[in-house]
Amino acid sequence: MAQTEKFVLNMGPQHPSTHGVLQVQVELDGENIIGAKPVMGYLHRGIEKLMESRTYQQCVPFTDRLDYVSAMNNNLGFCMAVEKLAGIEVPERAQYIRTICCELNRIASHHVFIGSLTNDLGSATGMIYAFRDREKILDLFNIICGARMTCHYIRIGGVIADAQDEFIRKTEEFIDYVPQMLDEYDRLFTGNEIFQKRMQGTSVISQEDALRFGMSGPNIRASGIPYDIRKIDKYGVYGDLDFDIPVGRTGDNWDRYMIRIGEIAESAKIIRQCLDRMPDGPFMAKVPKVLKPAKGDVYHRVENTRGELGFYIVSDGTTKPYRVHIHRPSFINLQALDHMCRGMVLADSVTAFATIDPLMGEVDC
Amino acid sequence: MEIVDIVPPELKNNVIVTSVDALFKWGRANSIWPLSSGLACCSIEMMCAAASRFDLSRFGYEVFRSCPRQSDLLIVAGTLTWKMTPPLIRLYEEMPNPKYVIAMGNCNIGGGPFADSYSVVTGLDQIMPVDVYLPGCPPRPEALIDAMLKLKKRIQHPEAAQGSEERMNASREKLADMTRRAE
Repeated sequence: MAQTEKFVLNMGPQHPSTHGVLQVQVELDGENIIGAKPVMGYLHRGIEKLMESRTYQQCVPFTDRLDYVSAMNNNLGFCMAVEKLAGIEVPERAQYIRTICCELNRIASHHVFIGSLTNDLGSATGMIYAFRDREKILDLFNIICGARMTCHYIRIGGVIADAQDEFIRKTEEFIDYVPQMLDEYDRLFTGNEIFQKRMQGTSVISQEDALRFGMSGPNIRASGIPYDIRKIDKYGVYGDLDFDIPVGRTGDNWDRYMIRIGEIAESAKIIRQCLDRMPDGPFMAKVPKVLKPAKGDVYHRVENTRGELGFYIVSDGTTKPYRVHIHRPSFINLQALDHMCRGMVLADSVTAFATIDPLMGEVDC
Repeated sequence: MEIVDIVPPELKNNVIVTSVDALFKWGRANSIWPLSSGLACCSIEMMCAAASRFDLSRFGYEVFRSCPRQSDLLIVAGTLTWKMTPPLIRLYEEMPNPKYVIAMGNCNIGGGPFADSYSVVTGLDQIMPVDVYLPGCPPRPEALIDAMLKLKKRIQHPEAAQGSEERMNASREKLADMTRRAE
């Protein structure tokens, strides 16, 4: 009887489909995958350790560089944790501006997801369309804080600058454009037969497995579990807003894609409500220049684009945190890669990797 | 110029006389093939530069190759850690000559915000010769286009960047030393 020899193939760290510097050791039997082992650490920058030698305000820019395509959400997580620790009350206007920026950044991050997924599936056109629309959001960030990606806009106690009329007007224009944009994506990718064949029924994660791996964010929602920190914790102003959580059924690649498309529409809905309700008032609370939270520890979690992002901060009463630990969703979601790749052919491993949507900055931290 | 006078007067508007060296430099400078290797945050801006709005292909640089053997420009985009250094050196050595390097972002110039980290290489010129330094955290896509145009100028007119030879030779020695030790 003919037998094939097992073969170990190294994907990465330089590979166009690994979204950064990840190495995946794929064990192959012919073309079928019998194991995929991610090797991490190529982008380990020691952010947690560096934070110990910075003041609380100086720590915020590091969170920008954790998950660099959704910087606003990371700023929010860290700032809310410090606010909880120091007992700072954030003005209502600031909370609305924060919510608008975070949801805009969620859309921008899903654009990168769509762009890289379609690029990995062999259509460079998809990337061109997604990045075209992402530029519109980056323009908005450019207006509000002067940066495109690493914004450092949300600060401890509020936001650094008020939302100008130009920002609000252009955000409204963008929200009006979203349905047209989604319609174009539907015609371009969602209705594409090759795209559907590649995505449907591949790399299934069942509900039990998703819970077992501790996954969060769009990945667990695709498996049919409506787990969203925005709904559970109702942090910020999310408790007052009316929005739904898209939930998938089977947990295959296709569901993970459709969840993201659904989330773009929901984010647009949230931004619309925030723009309507935004009150006047201060955009920054009175925060002492030298921030010395009392001794103690705090854990705060927010719904990042990729899942549950938590910051655990231990304070020893000085101006610098004693210890910071970051609960990174990409890192935890990535361990499902082996399970997703098993039994698939080699070409599907790229799809599986793209739909987990990990970012190496966050995985390695 | 004497050389121009070789051309008969009736062909003066149709024939250009040049040296082979200048012709090669012109060709190299106008069709750079970058290696699509992104390390961290800067790689997203590198993708933006290649995507719709900024459209690097207007300058002839759009052919991002995934294989180092087909490319002649290494854009080191993002934080370089010591763990990533051996694969990056290997990529650099696999590229055919002549090859050029752009150090994109503050991390590759002097460590950037991670300068005091235990795992980050503080400066790309510690391990390989760098042609163009591009500051920013991350640099905007316009800045990357400007860096590519500066590289074009440097390829076509090496005499304009004469002072940098000493620095690049020092980096070459460090690279040779590092690969010798690895062997």
